[in-house]
Amino acid sequence: MASNAAVPFWRAAGMTYITYSNICANLVRNCLKEPYKTEALSREKVHFSISKWTDGKPEKPTIRSDSPEE
Amino acid sequence: MLRRASMLLACRSILAARARPFSTDLPAAPSADATFTEAWTKVIPNMDPPKTPLSFMQPRPPTPSSIPSKLTVNFVLPYASELATKEVDMVIVPATTGQMGVLPGHVATIAELKPGVLSVHEGSEMTKYFVSSGFVFIHANSFADIIAVEAVPLDRLDVNLVQKGLAEFTSKLSSATTDLEKAEAQIGIDVHSALNSALTG
Repeated sequence: MASNAAVPFWRAAGMTYITYSNICANLVRNCLKEPYKTEALSREKVHFSISKWTDGKPEKPTIRSDSPEE
Repeated sequence: MLRRASMLLACRSILAARARPFSTDLPAAPSADATFTEAWTKVIPNMDPPKTPLSFMQPRPPTPSSIPSKLTVNFVLPYASELATKEVDMVIVPATTGQMGVLPGHVATIAELKPGVLSVHEGSEMTKYFVSSGFVFIHANSFADIIAVEAVPLDRLDVNLVQKGLAEFTSKLSSATTDLEKAEAQIGIDVHSALNSALTG
């Protein structure tokens, strides 16, 4: 099944555009000079809690965060 | 199988293109519905009719008949608006097809950006940003919307970190096994070489 368009190498490897774009942005942020680098990395930190629901009740939530917690 | 599908799509899009003009050529939708306002004032004369989202929006500037002298640029990032309706002479964007110069009167285009340098030329000043990736939408009325995930002025980049990153990803590429690892290493090399040439060029 030949495809008509030339796909970019990351799409051929199974990566979506948004994953590619986020990887590029992270690489650029890691190359910043000091005060800007910590600002950028702290701006992009995420912290959220997620819980699956079964039978109309939430189960124990799992916390996803950039900083590991004990 | 795919060839037939793309042919059908092409036929359908040609037919549709004849019927549907570009969005900037359409008259802007009216911001308040006249029949609704009349019906409202008949029933509730004392209160103002509620505003709809369309009335809060600024109407889209129409395509002028002669080419305007300045390009209006909106350069936005997810966390900040770098330039908002700024009138400039030219911008050079790092599109995947190469550095693209955008002047007022440019044909309407949508371009995907690759990691590279974006330069904004206004009079005799030029501001450069390194853009990680994004898109640029150039409208027929000489408005350009540049959206990027991350854009930094060049003086905020550290040359040593860039060169270290380039060496690291080059070695990762040679030691990569799966397709995904190879792709990630290749992305790293592309981004770091673009950063390197931006800082040294």
